[in-house]
Amino acid sequence: MTRHRGRGIASINYPIGMNLGGDPSQALVHSNPSGKFTVALSSIDLGQGMKSVTRQICAETLGVPVEDVYVDTADSDTGPHCMGSFASRGTHRVGNAVMAAAREARGVMMEAAAEELEVNAADLETDGRGNIHVKGAPHRSISTKDVAIAAQFKQGKTISGRGIFLVPLSAVDPETGEMSPATCYAHACLVAEVDVDDETGEVAMVRMDSAYELGRALNPRLVEQQLVGGAWMGVSHALYETPEPYYPEPVHGPRDFVEYLMPGPGDICPHDIAVLERPAPDGPFGAKGPGEMCANPVLPAVANAIFNAVGVRIDDLPITPEKVLRAIKAQGGARPQARH
Amino acid sequence: MSKIPLQFRHNGRDVAIFVDGGTNLLAALRELIGDMTPKFGCGQGGCGTCSVLIDGELHLSCLTLAETVAGRSIETLDGMKQGPNLHPLQRAFADNFAAQCGYCTPGMLMAAKALLDRNPSPSRDEVIEAISGNICRCTGYEPIINAILAAAGGRVSA
Repeated sequence: MTRHRGRGIASINYPIGMNLGGDPSQALVHSNPSGKFTVALSSIDLGQGMKSVTRQICAETLGVPVEDVYVDTADSDTGPHCMGSFASRGTHRVGNAVMAAAREARGVMMEAAAEELEVNAADLETDGRGNIHVKGAPHRSISTKDVAIAAQFKQGKTISGRGIFLVPLSAVDPETGEMSPATCYAHACLVAEVDVDDETGEVAMVRMDSAYELGRALNPRLVEQQLVGGAWMGVSHALYETPEPYYPEPVHGPRDFVEYLMPGPGDICPHDIAVLERPAPDGPFGAKGPGEMCANPVLPAVANAIFNAVGVRIDDLPITPEKVLRAIKAQGGARPQARH
Repeated sequence: MSKIPLQFRHNGRDVAIFVDGGTNLLAALRELIGDMTPKFGCGQGGCGTCSVLIDGELHLSCLTLAETVAGRSIETLDGMKQGPNLHPLQRAFADNFAAQCGYCTPGMLMAAKALLDRNPSPSRDEVIEAISGNICRCTGYEPIINAILAAAGGRVSA
C-alpha cells in the first residue's frame, strides 16, 4: 500500500443571488416609543449572521448605535416577503432592502427632529451615538429617543421605512442564449492537498489554502466563520455525503444520522484563508455574499488533487473510497501526476 | 403500565418524578423536569446533542433509561452557568464563534466539560477525541476545537 500526495486547484466565479422572478427581498423598519428601531424581515438566520449583518446595515444607515436596532426575523406570516436564505443572497439582497428601508425611516426621523429643533432637516446630522444635531452646532441637539416620542405622541408620525431589492428579470436572448442572471459576482480560488491510499481508496485531507473575494466584509469574524464552516461542507460534499450512494438504486441509502456519513472533528485539515475585499458597486456598503459560495471551490479542487495524486478522474460525487479504488484498478494502478 | 417513582440530583438539586417504564433520560429531562438544554437530534446515539454528565461521566441521554439514574447526579448545560456568569467554556465558545445554528452546542459543551473536568490541559488530539461523538453541521469543528483549547488554557475570562 502506498499513500500518494496530490494537489489540486479550483477557481470559481459565483453569482450572488439568482434570476428567478427578480429575486426580491423586502424589509420594514420602524421606531418604537423607546427610540429603538425594529427591522422586520421574513429572511431566516440559520446561524450565518443575517441578524447581525442586517442590524449593522440598519444602524449605519439610520446613524444610530447598533445596540438601538433589533432585527425580527421571526415570522414569514407577519414579516415582509423574502425569497429566502440561499444562494449567498442574504447580505446582498436583504441588506439592500434593509438599507432602503432604513434610508426612508431616517428621512422621517430627520424631519421629525427638524420640527422639534425648529430647523431645516437638511441642516441636521446624526452622531451615531443616538443624537441628532445641527451641523456645526452640536449643542443644538436632540436624542433619537426624544424624536421618537415627539413623532409618535405629538407630531402624529410613524418613523418608518419600506425597502425592497429587486433585479429586473433577465430574459434569455433566443439567438445567443445570452442573459444577465446576476448583478454581482464573488470569486474564490482554493488549493487542496490530499493523501490517497491506493489500497483502500481512502482520501484524507492534508490542507487547504484559499483566497475569497466577496466584496466588503461587513462583519469580518462572521465572514471567517462562514468560510471555515463552508469549506468543511465542501469537503463533506466532495468526499462523504450522499442520500443515494448507488443512484438511482435506493439500496444502501442512509436513513438517519448514524448512516448518513459526514466528516467528524478528526477529519478536518488546516485551512489558511485570505479574504480580499473589492466592494461591490450595488452591494450594501459594498458587500457581496460569503454564504453558499464558500463551499463551492472545494469540490473541484479536491477532485483535481485526487487526479494529481493517483491519476484517476472521478466526476461523480461524493468521491468515495469505492469509486477511487475501482478507478485505480481500471487503469491498472496508481499513476501519480507531476506536481508543480 | 404503572409509573415508576424516580429520584436523582439534577444540576445539584434533588428531583423526584414518576416515569413510565422504558422512558429515556432525555425525555424525562425535557418533558418531566422541563430542562430543555439537552437536545433531541437523532434519538439513537449518532449525533451527541443530547449529551449529559452522569456522576461526572459523559452519556447520551437518548440512549439512557431514566430508571438507571436513580440516586445519581445528572449535570446538563442548564447547570453550567453560575448565576449571571457564563462558564469559561461558554465564554470561549462565544469568543471563538463556535456556534452557528447552535443545535450541537449543548452536547459539545457537555463533552468539553467532561474532558476538562478530568484533563484540564488536553492536547488538540485529545480535544478532537473528546468531541468525536458529536456532529456539527455548520462550523467545520475548527472553531469548537479552538474554543475548548482556549478555555483549557485560561485565555478567556470566567
